[in-house]
Formats: sequence, C-alpha cells, structure tokens
Amino acid sequence: MAVTALSAAESKRLSPRLRKLEDERWLAMALLAPTAILLGLFIAYPFFEGVLLSLSSTRVGEPGHFVGLKNFYKIWDDSIFRHTVWNTFYYTAVTTVFKLALGLWLAILLNRHFRGKAIIRAFILLPFIIPTVLSTFAWKWMFDPTFSVINWTLFQLGLITTRINWLGDPDLAMTSIIIINIWRGVPFFAITLLAGLQTISPELHEAAAIDGARPWQRFWHVTWPLLMPVTLVVVLFSVIQTFADFQLVYVMTGGGPANATHLFATYAYQLGIGTGLLSEGAAISLAMFPFLFIIVVVQLLYIRRVETR
Amino acid sequence: MIEGALWRRWVFYNIPLILFVFVLLFPFYWMIVTTFRPDGELYLPWNAPNYMPFWTNNPTFEHILYLFEETNFARWMLNTMFIALVSTVISLFCGVLAGYALARLNFPYAGGMGTAIFITYLVPQTLLFIPLAEIIRNFQLGDTPWALILTYPTFLIPFCTWLMMGYFKAIPKELEECARIDGASRWKAMVYIIIPVAVPGILSSGIIAFTLSWNEFIYALVFLSSPDQKTVPVGVTSELIRGDVFFWGPLMAGALLGSIPVAIVYSFFVEHYVAGLTGSVKG
Repeated sequence: MAVTALSAAESKRLSPRLRKLEDERWLAMALLAPTAILLGLFIAYPFFEGVLLSLSSTRVGEPGHFVGLKNFYKIWDDSIFRHTVWNTFYYTAVTTVFKLALGLWLAILLNRHFRGKAIIRAFILLPFIIPTVLSTFAWKWMFDPTFSVINWTLFQLGLITTRINWLGDPDLAMTSIIIINIWRGVPFFAITLLAGLQTISPELHEAAAIDGARPWQRFWHVTWPLLMPVTLVVVLFSVIQTFADFQLVYVMTGGGPANATHLFATYAYQLGIGTGLLSEGAAISLAMFPFLFIIVVVQLLYIRRVETR
Repeated sequence: MIEGALWRRWVFYNIPLILFVFVLLFPFYWMIVTTFRPDGELYLPWNAPNYMPFWTNNPTFEHILYLFEETNFARWMLNTMFIALVSTVISLFCGVLAGYALARLNFPYAGGMGTAIFITYLVPQTLLFIPLAEIIRNFQLGDTPWALILTYPTFLIPFCTWLMMGYFKAIPKELEECARIDGASRWKAMVYIIIPVAVPGILSSGIIAFTLSWNEFIYALVFLSSPDQKTVPVGVTSELIRGDVFFWGPLMAGALLGSIPVAIVYSFFVEHYVAGLTGSVKG
C-alpha cells in the first residue's frame, strides 16, 4: 500500500483546508455533507412538500389552496380506500408468514454439505435479482386466462376440467399476487437465514442429540431461539418492502378487477397520477407513514436492545 | 449434520430441494421458451390438442428482432445502464464517506445522524413519489435521466452507508493509529489505509446498488414520459402493451434481454452479493 508518511515539518505546510480536516468534527462534517445534501433535497424536502400537498386541494395543472384534513376525511369515507387498507394488511401478513416458513425450510435444506451447493445457492437467488417487473411479466403470462401453462398442467393432471380465470376473479387475483410475492421473497429469506444458521455451532446440535432430543425438539429449542435476532430483522425489512409494494400489483392487475387488489401505493398512483388528484394521492401514500413508523420504531428499539446486550 | 438412511435423505432433503429449485426457476425457463416460440404456437389455447407447452421445434428470432426494429429497446437498455452506473457511483461515493464518518469518527450528534440514515434506509419509494414528481418538475429535471440519477441515491446511499459502517467497524483501530503515528494525516489514513481494506464491502454495496437501480420502477414510471428516455422495465410495460393487447413474444424477449445485464454482473460477483445481502440485515 502506498503510504505517504508526512514528517512533522511537512504537515505544518499542509494547506489550511487539509489542516482543518485533522479535526474530527470538521472531517465528519465534510464526509457527511454530500449525503446530507442529497437526502435532504430528495427525502426530507419531498416529505415536507407531501404533507403540505395532502393538506391542499391541488390537482394537475391547478394550484390548490389549504383545505386542512379534508383529503383525509374524504379517503376515509372512500370504500375503495378501506378495502385497500385491508388488502395491504392481508397481503403483508400472508406473504410474510409463507416467506418465513418456506425461506427457513429452504435455508435448512441448504445448510449441509452436498455437491453443487454453491451453484444451487447462486441459482436460488435469481428471482430476487431479476428486476421485479420483468419476472412478474413471466408470471402474468403464466396466469393468462386463455394461454395459462398452469391451467394446462392442472388440466393434464386431471385436477380441473374448466379453465381457472386467475386474474379475473378478485380472490384469485389476490392469491396470484400473493404467490408471486412469496416466490420473489423466499430466496432473500433463505439466503439471509442460511447465514444465520451457519453461525450456530453444530456442537450444540450434537450435544442436544446426545441428550436424546428429537430433530423437531432440536430445531425448536436450539436453532429457533439462536436464529431469532436475524429472523426479526429480516422479517421487519420484508414487511416494510411488502407493505409499500407497487410493481407487482401494477403489472399483474393494475389494482383490478374492480379495484379489488389495490395496495396503498397502487391506489395512490391511480388517484394521484392516473386521474390527477395530486393531493388525494399524496394523502393516500402518506397514510402509509404511521404504520411504517411503528415498524421502524420497533426495529430501532430491538436493535438498541441487541447492541446493549 | 445428523442424517439417516439414503431414502430418508431423499425424502427429507433432496426431493424438497429439487422442488424448490424447480418452482424458483420455472418462470425464467418459461420466459426463454416464449422468447423463441413463433406466434402461431404461442397463441394456441391451453386446452388445444397436441399443444406442447414446454418445448418448441420451430425456434424463431422474430420477437427479438421486433424489439430492436419496432421499439426503442436498445435505447432503453443504454438508458438503464447509464442511470444505474452513475447513480451507483454517486451512492458509493457518498455512502463510503458517510459510513466512514459514522463508524470511525467521534463528533457531536453522531448517534442522531446514524439513526437518521437508518430511518431513510427504511423509507420506501412509494411514500414520496407524488411530491417528488412535483419537485422534479420544479427543478426542470422531468423526462431527463438526471431525474433518476439524482433520486435513486435516496434509497441507495442509506443502504451503502449502512453496509459500509459494518465493514469499517470491523477494521481494527490500530491500523489507522499506526499510519497516524507515521505522520499520515487523517484524510490520508482514510484514503490510503482504511478504504483499500474495505474494498470487498465497496464491491458488495456497488453490486447490490446496481441491481437495485436496475430494478427500480415507480420513479422511472412517474418521472419519465417520452419513449426515448425510458428505462427497460418502464419501456417494456408501456410500449409492448397497447390497450388490452399484450405482445407476449416481444414482452418475454424484452424481459429476458433486460435481465441479462443484471444476471451477468450477479454471476461474476455472487459471493460479494451474498455477503452484502447478509451484511445488510445484520444491523
């Protein structure tokens, strides 16, 4: 490594700017400045603007005026919005349970030595790497009412006699979206939980086995408690991403049929950008904020607890 | 690992693993088959006789040609590549510096700054896209790549900073102190000693940032409007669906080709990607 050591005399000749960077406080400020500027301009400022927008009556090409909480009252009376809230919670809860269960199962399957393990692990992450919109199109084509390969397979197996209209029925459309979200999320859970599993010493398992613990008992009393810290963080990350999901629903159903599969983000997009009711759209996305805030606070408290341990 | 007889290994491990791999990879297989299948075969109803869904004997390049001749696909690829690369570089630059400051320097409000960055890490793009669209328009950035290059760092920087903090914290303090005793300034100790040691972390953050920007959709959808400016995910969505008509052949070809750059980067740096992914949830 090329280290240019400076003698005491040389460091005196440093330019005043560089000498200032010797002070930790100045250096920290200089290093944090670019981040602070970008995040301030494109997160803090839009957040502030979003709050103002949601309290106004702005539409596209029509500067509005302050109307207080009127938009929030209005969306609260909107039956589509209420259904959207329910959908978002249902979608988040169901997918998270399945992603955790299947991801943990897959992680356990991968947590041993076998030939081709590295390749399998690399391939398993593909659903998570490939851009969501692009892989979701493959699923949309698989769920196509007329040309569905899934229907074909079920028909050939003798499980169905008529076609299943996956995206035309509200409940089935929701189920389809849930399946795709699980498909995309399982690799993330599996790979991160696998990393957690690998930190658990096999000796603990052997000791438990010698003491007569059955495989299920070994999992429940040894693996699960030790895996808890990683699990909680992964679940919280996934919950936030799922809660605020947009791409998948936008591509699969666009919120339909008959507004039955909207999430916060897609409904906000439909009202705010689609029909130009900017202030109502902003109010709908901001309505996510309290829920996200609670999740973040839980996460921070939890991390504090781990750090002070 | 405690395993029993051969049949038990198959029932409890190998068969479930094969099923997992099959389900996780099938959509990609389906994408590839559809890309090379002629339209005549593509639009056979699922219950037609002698319908052979999993293979085609008449592979064709017509869908790929359609993409390049009838749409701006090549342009979208270049746009996405440019936007992803530049926003990744910006985010790495900011993230490495901020991560270093937060992990290794003592200054007032360090804890508060760390918390603030962590909170922005968890702000989803869908929370702010409507006011941000207004701001982008006011800054005269609408419909230019800069609308995305400047906004993608909002979700990439917190991620890079968070990951880099983990890497910087793992480097022993003595390394820096040695350099300082030898007379290196703080700045030089950082640039020549600590940052080179953290290169694996920089690679991991860079690769994940690149895949995240390639994946981004809602900002690109809202901030860009002319067909020439679009990114691959948005272009494919808006130009290959006309009303209710889906051009499935070109759509799947676009999805396949649009995934390739990400897949290539990923295949070269799998280990770094996995290290970054698992590092990002360590907290």
